[in-house]
Amino acid sequence: MTVSLTLLICAVVLTAVGAVLLHTRSLTRVLMGVIVCGNGVNLLVLATTGRAGAPPLLYPGVAHARVTDPLPQAIVLTAVVITLATTAFVLAMVYRSSQLTGTDFVQDDVEDRRVVLRAEIAEERAELRERHRGEGPRAWRDERREQRRRLRADRAFQARARDAPGDLWDDILGADPPQSPSPARQENDPR
Amino acid sequence: MTFLVLAHFVVALCAAPLVRRAGPRAFIVLALPPAAALLWALCQWGTVTGGGASSEAWTWIEAYDVDAAFRLDALALVMVLLAAGIGALVLLYCGSYFAPGTRQLGAFGGNLLAFAGAMLGLVLADDLMILYLFWELTTVLSFLLIGYDSEKRGSRRSALQALTVTMVGGLAMFVGFLMLGHAAGTYRISRILESPPAADATLSAALVLILVGALAKSAVWPLSMWLPNAMAAPTPVSAYLHAAAMVKAGVYLVARLAPAFADVAPWRPVLLILGTATMLLGGWRALRLNDLKLVLAYGTVSQLGFLIVLAGDGTYNTGLAAVTMILGHALFKAPLFLVTGIVDHAAGTRDLRRLSGVGRTLPWVAVVAVVAGASMVALVPLLGFVAKEAAFEALWHGTVAERWVLALIVVGSALTTAYTLRFLWGAFARKPGVADSAVHRVGPLFLAPPALLALASLLLGPGIGWAAPLFEAYAAQYTLPAHPYHLALWHGFGPALGLSALAWAGGAVLFAGRDTVARLGRRVAWPKADEAFGRTVLGVERMALQVTGAVQKGSLPAYVATVLGVMLAGLLAVLLTDRPWHGAPAPRAWDTPWQAAVAALTCACALMCLVVQRRMKAAVLAGLTGYGTALLYVVQGAPDLALTQFGVETVSTVVLVLVLRRLPVHFGETLRSWRRVASLLLALASSLVVACAVWIAAAARTADAAGAAMTEETAHHGLKDVVATILVDFRAWDTMGESAVLAVAVLGVTSLLYVHRRQGPAPGTPPALPGGVTAWSLATPAIEVPPKYRQTAPERSWLTAGDTLAPEHRSVVFEVIARLVFHPILMLSVYLLLCAENLPGGGFVGGLVAGVALMIRYLAGGRHELDAAAPLHPGFFTGLGLALSTGIALIGLVDGTVLHAWTWHGRLPLIGDWHMGTAVLFDLGVYLLVLGGVLDIVRALGSKIDQQTERRAGLALAREGER
Repeated sequence: MTVSLTLLICAVVLTAVGAVLLHTRSLTRVLMGVIVCGNGVNLLVLATTGRAGAPPLLYPGVAHARVTDPLPQAIVLTAVVITLATTAFVLAMVYRSSQLTGTDFVQDDVEDRRVVLRAEIAEERAELRERHRGEGPRAWRDERREQRRRLRADRAFQARARDAPGDLWDDILGADPPQSPSPARQENDPR
Repeated sequence: MTFLVLAHFVVALCAAPLVRRAGPRAFIVLALPPAAALLWALCQWGTVTGGGASSEAWTWIEAYDVDAAFRLDALALVMVLLAAGIGALVLLYCGSYFAPGTRQLGAFGGNLLAFAGAMLGLVLADDLMILYLFWELTTVLSFLLIGYDSEKRGSRRSALQALTVTMVGGLAMFVGFLMLGHAAGTYRISRILESPPAADATLSAALVLILVGALAKSAVWPLSMWLPNAMAAPTPVSAYLHAAAMVKAGVYLVARLAPAFADVAPWRPVLLILGTATMLLGGWRALRLNDLKLVLAYGTVSQLGFLIVLAGDGTYNTGLAAVTMILGHALFKAPLFLVTGIVDHAAGTRDLRRLSGVGRTLPWVAVVAVVAGASMVALVPLLGFVAKEAAFEALWHGTVAERWVLALIVVGSALTTAYTLRFLWGAFARKPGVADSAVHRVGPLFLAPPALLALASLLLGPGIGWAAPLFEAYAAQYTLPAHPYHLALWHGFGPALGLSALAWAGGAVLFAGRDTVARLGRRVAWPKADEAFGRTVLGVERMALQVTGAVQKGSLPAYVATVLGVMLAGLLAVLLTDRPWHGAPAPRAWDTPWQAAVAALTCACALMCLVVQRRMKAAVLAGLTGYGTALLYVVQGAPDLALTQFGVETVSTVVLVLVLRRLPVHFGETLRSWRRVASLLLALASSLVVACAVWIAAAARTADAAGAAMTEETAHHGLKDVVATILVDFRAWDTMGESAVLAVAVLGVTSLLYVHRRQGPAPGTPPALPGGVTAWSLATPAIEVPPKYRQTAPERSWLTAGDTLAPEHRSVVFEVIARLVFHPILMLSVYLLLCAENLPGGGFVGGLVAGVALMIRYLAGGRHELDAAAPLHPGFFTGLGLALSTGIALIGLVDGTVLHAWTWHGRLPLIGDWHMGTAVLFDLGVYLLVLGGVLDIVRALGSKIDQQTERRAGLALAREGER
């Protein structure tokens, strides 16, 4: 079975445009991406029907062999309706987002915050290197360690969406209730 | 057997109400199931000592050949005596140990009894999977028991540590079980032992994995740190779990498998080395601790190492010594723990530096402890002596390696002697410079359980001849050596007795110099395994945080890029390794020139989408690509699809415009150029690769399309529209699912729009706008009409609620058209629904078209007009539709299958022949659902937004008026 190059190219253009739009941070553009990309994917499915033919309407005199494959059509049909539902949903999100924040940008992009942090740290590092020129890397080891700690802390913050406390045992086990009798604990504590 | 095991769990479930009603006395009832198990096991004595076994099995998972099989043989009987006998005594002891009204006592009792049941099941199990089940059950229950005092962080930490270590070991063991069962062809333990699989690398790996589990459970170095920490548990738990029962599970498993696998490669060296090391390290550590319970805990670790050596060595003589020692150890260690509990209870401390003169005030307790301790030190008439003599004798006559092990074990025995003396001295002796501890009286019922156990140690020494047949029945699984050892109290003077004497003397010396030894021990203290465990857990936690933080960036574009990248990489990997394009026919250029023309226009629209900066323009262009796609459907020969796509595009374009009018005109987003180029490249590459995959997949297709069969089937039934038939009949399940998705999405839309504000100012009712005034007319200056053109508009309204709009927003032409086309469009939608079998159409299209009709009313007359046009709530349509199609699908069950279709034929005057099927009713459900969905979307994204805008304008107007 061969496919139509025209359909394929059209599908490639539509999906590529859709994917680029999906990459943006404006939700309206993302919505356009969803619509265009959906159309492209539907065309890809349609391309698998093979050669264009007569509509699958079996009026008297229609040769069954000339009828196009109806199954992909049925699949695409439900996809089309779902696209409508998706469009409406994302649209409601766009409206709600602009209502709450005044813009339809996807907020809270932590990655951007980290990019800023990295840039800051790179700048600091260049400055330190300048200051300690000729002293070897050992001279400012502590500063570099501190910078790495900041990056690590930032990643950890991102992972749990809150700050990691210093005592991770508390984090895993939970702290004792405040009125817990401490002498008994020491007695029982085998360490 | 099954009944006995289950009885434990049933009674355990009743423990909480029992304890609530009767207090600690309820433990007497709880001790009944283990006591019954003990009696039952004693009744089997004759069968088992004769070399027989009683067994029963129920089929459990037939496909995997897993049975709920239980079997009582000699080793199992020894373990049942321990688990059930000591279990019953410990439960009785609990009745005196706990004060009435202790918190959580019911749950504790239930857990302890359930643990006894799990332990019984573990030792009786004759199927690897059943064994594993009970094994993990003991782990979980021990977690609950150790963490009994859950208010204390120390308890929680110990419980978690025990759980982690034994569970990780258990998991390794499970894999080992699977490998072993696969190699042997059965999971039945007795059959595996009868005909073990041939030794190879797989078997070695399986055994190593199993040993990891067994050693973790038995607290053998380097996995021994959890056992001392588990002493945070109440003393009865320590006595039962950590002396008699649970820690013996690992020894039991080793003893169970040793007859078949002791000669397989890593078994013997691993067990001998680790066991000996554990014995020495544990004993050495016990010499410098001050908590009586911890002294015993490290002593237990040490003894477990000894037991592992004996059980793992895998010869007749060591096997005999091992099983004797298992019983002996339980009979002296459990009473020692129980005595510690009594001392702690009576004197209020377990610190041996603060206890003094307790032996004078509690003489009987001291006697019990001394008897048990004497058995631990292996003094003459006690069971411990018999067991240790057997062990020394067996190893003395062994290989070179066994003799080396024996040398180290003698050192370990000296340590045992030393820490036993230290324990007895610490608990009961009067110390110079320390005031006598104040103690309260100890009731006979409190002392009875340890006393009974100590008495058993004492009696079984001289009476070893009575128990020997049982131990020999186990040892008989090994090949009988030329000079099999016979258990007896007195074998005369020989090397074994000499070594024992050496151990006693060494222990006495170590005890005499106890302060020096403790100081030395503290000075050369090894890095604690406990710390290593803590560091590992924290390290894993930290690493998880770092990995999560690095992967879950919290950036939507990054996620999209990741998804596309993974898809691209996967497809590329397959394409480049398989090179499936060889021999694939090249795609044809186009089907008709029309196709190329429409495709070119569609592509142009899509590309313009990328560069426009205005929202409305982008929306219209996106809509145009949809219409272009619909035209491509037409060219391809898919009128149903094209119809639906036209409907969907119309609705979505209108809705887009309705919402976008409330947003800024421009996107206002600036992209850095490198980012844009990168995303463009990624998107293009992934699209191209996917298109390639479609081309290759189509070229590789050899079977006929499934659609052709559906076409024939449709023609056979005399229907005409194949796609509609597929939707309501062949693939009606799909349609139902998609309808439900639609309903859920619409619910999402409405919940986003009709959200109630929880915080902020209370929603006071804003002043109503003056009649005919809308938010728009407030925002823009009213159009000044020159006086000579001012005419009164005809007092005639074309739409029901048309006059609610501001005059400058009314369009008479639009209102007239809306009035004219509304009903024809509705008729068309019904026609599309009912004639779906013969014409392009169906429930989806019909519902969309009806929705468009309502939308026209809204556009022409505003939100009040929409309410007038559809007086029912949209949710009513959606729910009715979903209920209808689901109901029709379920009615099919009458005939045995969901979605069965019936058809009726008839003849009507004037109209002629007619037929009707349940499929039409199903489609009606879809129609109603889509109609409700579109109506809801228009109400939410049109009316509701209008309402909110008007409300805001009204508030602004009111504020202005105040000023």
